[in-house]
Amino acid sequence: MILVLLILILFVGGVLAWLSEFLNASAPRWVALGSLLLAGILTLTLVGVEPLSLSGLSGEWLVHFKADWIPRFGISFQVGVDGLSLLMLLLTIFLGIMACGSAWTEIVDRCGFFYFNLLWTLAGVVGVFIALDLFLFFFFWEVMLIPMYLIIAIWGHENKNYAAMKFFIFTQVSGLLMLIGILILAYFHFLQFTRFSFDYFELKNVVLDPSIAMLVMLGFFIGFGTKLPTVPFHSWLPDAHSQAPTAGSVILAGILLKTGAYGLIRFTIPLFPQASADFAPVAMFLAAVSILYCAKVAFSQTDLKRLIAYTSVSHMGFVTLGVFAFNMQALQGAVMTMLAHGLSAAALFMLAGGLQHRIHTRDMSEMGGYWAKVPRMAIVALFFSIAALGMPGLGNFIGEFLALIGAFRANQLMTVLSAFGLILASVYSLWVLQKVFQGSYESGKTDTSKLLDLDRREMVFYLAMMAGLVWMGMYPQTFLDLSSATLENLLQGARLAIAGL
Amino acid sequence: MPLLLLTATVIVVMLAIAIKRSHSLTCVLSITGISISFLAVFSVLPYAGTQVTPLLIVDSLSLLFSAIILLIAAFIAIFSFPYLANLGDQKEEYYLLLLLAALGALILVTSNHFISAFLGLETLSISLYGMIAYPVHSKGAAKFPLEASFKYLILSAVSSTFILFGIALLYSQTGSLGFASLTESLNNSLSNTPMIATGMIMLTSGIAFKLSLAPFHMWTPDVYEGAPLPATAFLATIGKVGMFVLMLRFIFATDALQFEAVVGALTFLAVVSILLGNILALLQQNIKRILAYSSIAHMGYILIALVAYAANNGVIAVEAISFYLIAYLIMSLGAFGVAAVVSSSEKEYDFVNDYQGLFWRDPWLATLFTAMLLSLAGIPLTAGFIGKFYIMFAGVQGSQWLLLIALVIGSGLGIYYYLRIVYRMLLPSDGTVKFAETGGSSIGSYAVLTILLVALIVLGVYPTFLMSILESVATSI
Repeated sequence: MILVLLILILFVGGVLAWLSEFLNASAPRWVALGSLLLAGILTLTLVGVEPLSLSGLSGEWLVHFKADWIPRFGISFQVGVDGLSLLMLLLTIFLGIMACGSAWTEIVDRCGFFYFNLLWTLAGVVGVFIALDLFLFFFFWEVMLIPMYLIIAIWGHENKNYAAMKFFIFTQVSGLLMLIGILILAYFHFLQFTRFSFDYFELKNVVLDPSIAMLVMLGFFIGFGTKLPTVPFHSWLPDAHSQAPTAGSVILAGILLKTGAYGLIRFTIPLFPQASADFAPVAMFLAAVSILYCAKVAFSQTDLKRLIAYTSVSHMGFVTLGVFAFNMQALQGAVMTMLAHGLSAAALFMLAGGLQHRIHTRDMSEMGGYWAKVPRMAIVALFFSIAALGMPGLGNFIGEFLALIGAFRANQLMTVLSAFGLILASVYSLWVLQKVFQGSYESGKTDTSKLLDLDRREMVFYLAMMAGLVWMGMYPQTFLDLSSATLENLLQGARLAIAGL
Repeated sequence: MPLLLLTATVIVVMLAIAIKRSHSLTCVLSITGISISFLAVFSVLPYAGTQVTPLLIVDSLSLLFSAIILLIAAFIAIFSFPYLANLGDQKEEYYLLLLLAALGALILVTSNHFISAFLGLETLSISLYGMIAYPVHSKGAAKFPLEASFKYLILSAVSSTFILFGIALLYSQTGSLGFASLTESLNNSLSNTPMIATGMIMLTSGIAFKLSLAPFHMWTPDVYEGAPLPATAFLATIGKVGMFVLMLRFIFATDALQFEAVVGALTFLAVVSILLGNILALLQQNIKRILAYSSIAHMGYILIALVAYAANNGVIAVEAISFYLIAYLIMSLGAFGVAAVVSSSEKEYDFVNDYQGLFWRDPWLATLFTAMLLSLAGIPLTAGFIGKFYIMFAGVQGSQWLLLIALVIGSGLGIYYYLRIVYRMLLPSDGTVKFAETGGSSIGSYAVLTILLVALIVLGVYPTFLMSILESVATSI
């Protein structure tokens, strides 16, 4: 029940935020923040809960709720949270609050509608992270698109129509391929068990012919790989990111990309263990290409937000690498990377958005020497750049390091190649710092009259994210423990299924 | 009963016009008549499954769609009232035509005999010619209703002859005109003679004309664009649905899908309609034309389920078709309804540009329009999504991979032109277009649109109720 409440809070909060605009222009942001905090408290109550012992459910579920929805097709409203979902939920709510904060002063136009869209996107994401019925999952998967589209299309920058449209078409078409995959699974369940079902646990029992399993798995992979994104499907991301308002970028980079990774871990591998194992070399190759190619492309960008967007693709490559390595360390690494990248990328986008808000450009060739003008911002930027490049002691290092260790056991060549990504990461991260903050300041290049340093509100947000990254880097065990049971089960299931064939 | 009541309404309205010309009185009378017939549908419910004369059958399928068609007809009458308010001509006869057209559609969905089917079809079409050309004497009519009406008249007549010729060929081989008795003779000996196959193909192409499936779609955009909006809405919703239900009944009664030629033709029609409809809609600037092309694509989507039915006779396919038809009715009526609300017979606002900034001028109308468009695009929370889900499920069940790929490509293209309209509405208003103040007369239209929105979302979020009805309908055929 608590999960239903969680989603309802966000949906209802969104509507309230919209309505409250008619009372007071600044009310929506308080309503939004309030609902997010409430949702956050609700999620926190799940930490440390003893796993349920439910018959028929594999895995360690902390809470679980099931009700009939469309019995005609065996579709139920089934939601549940295990360690992995819980981590993702915490990340979602945390970054939701950050996004709310970054929009605080930036969005002045129609802000009631903005916070409505923000909360509905988050509600969709929360739904994705807790859905245990594939139809429900797909439902939420699509529900988060429309408000995100609106966020980009209404509050975006100069080329917003193109970017929003591209984002929508990419995710929608790849989503439909996944839907066909889901339907094939459900139909085979009907053939083998004489009733329709979209239940995650029941669909795991479906035995598919290897060639069909491969096709269906590819449908899922394309669906998730587009969201992740991995290389051939990534081209929507730089456009969407550079055009979205700051809060939109924060949500996109921090949370929406993670739904793709989550889908791979939660659905692709458990549902098609053998097909995923067969496909693993290709997936790891794509991951290595993502890491190296997008790092290279990032280096040649002049648009600050585009650059960060490409680095996101590059970093998400480590997640794909880790997921398809099929061992514990690599999976743990993938999950850690998801969390740490969520924070670091969100922070970098907030910085880029903050800069753009102040000087009205994202073009790095028009910046330079800002260290003296905005020292606090520069130091914050330095911190997050270093985090992104994988400095030991911060979360990203743990994630990428674990992913590489695990992947090395699975596929040495691809891992060695991917490891070069770490070098490229330091090159582009430091290059950004040099271009924007170091060098000599030339007055008159751009209008810097509004270039003020970070204020107290912004510092609070950045400090919170810094603390998160340091925690992940210094004592990752907290997070590893939370997800370990889930991942262990998942690997166990996959191994059994492969051995059984 | 509903048929008789509706016929009585036609006569009453006609007499009322003869006694006193009053726009509002005529409208109210028509709506009342339609509502009474609608209620009468429920009174007939216990008799479902009876054959009324050799021509008509009252079963759950015909009752379901009779009720829906009557409801839609009432809604269109409500939309028509403010639209026609400024017409510089007699307005009352329009409602007569509307009632007659609805009557034709009712006969269409209840018939299981070629004679009644053809009668219904012609009643529907002939009333539609009148409805399309209705504002022709009005000075303000900016569009080309006469051109549209003639185009529709000629092409529709041609397709009717196709259908007649097909019927004749079938009759020459079987000696019967009833759907059910046709099967008996078909199964006896000559199941696949060239004559019968040709007859079937003739029939299929005639029906494809009426459903505006590509490549028989040429008339659609022009007629949609030229016709006054309520007539377009009627043509796009009731006209299509009546025809489709007839086709369903014919196919199930005669088992026409056993002919490979028919299945092949339907597959071809589906793929071409989906791709062509969506591609041609991409660059249109006129909302009516966009909706015309998109309706071509939507009919193609429904054919997927029909072809899938041929592959494995699943009941899911029938449900899928019915559900999608209902969803399609709601969303296209909603979309045309929004356009009808802002337009009048004097000036139609049917360009995408006209809707720029609608979100900030009239948020509620824009929300309604957005919901309808998103439903047409098949986005969750709306009936269109569940409909598409149903169709895909049927497709998967029938292993129609080619058609499913066409569906995915078509949906991808579709998103572009639907979202283009949504995006236009989101842009800040440039102040050049100002819709006429409709005042109080369009409150009814707003109410109808709101009802449609509620139906759209209820069916999109909790479709179980309708599904169980459709399941019983599907198993009863």
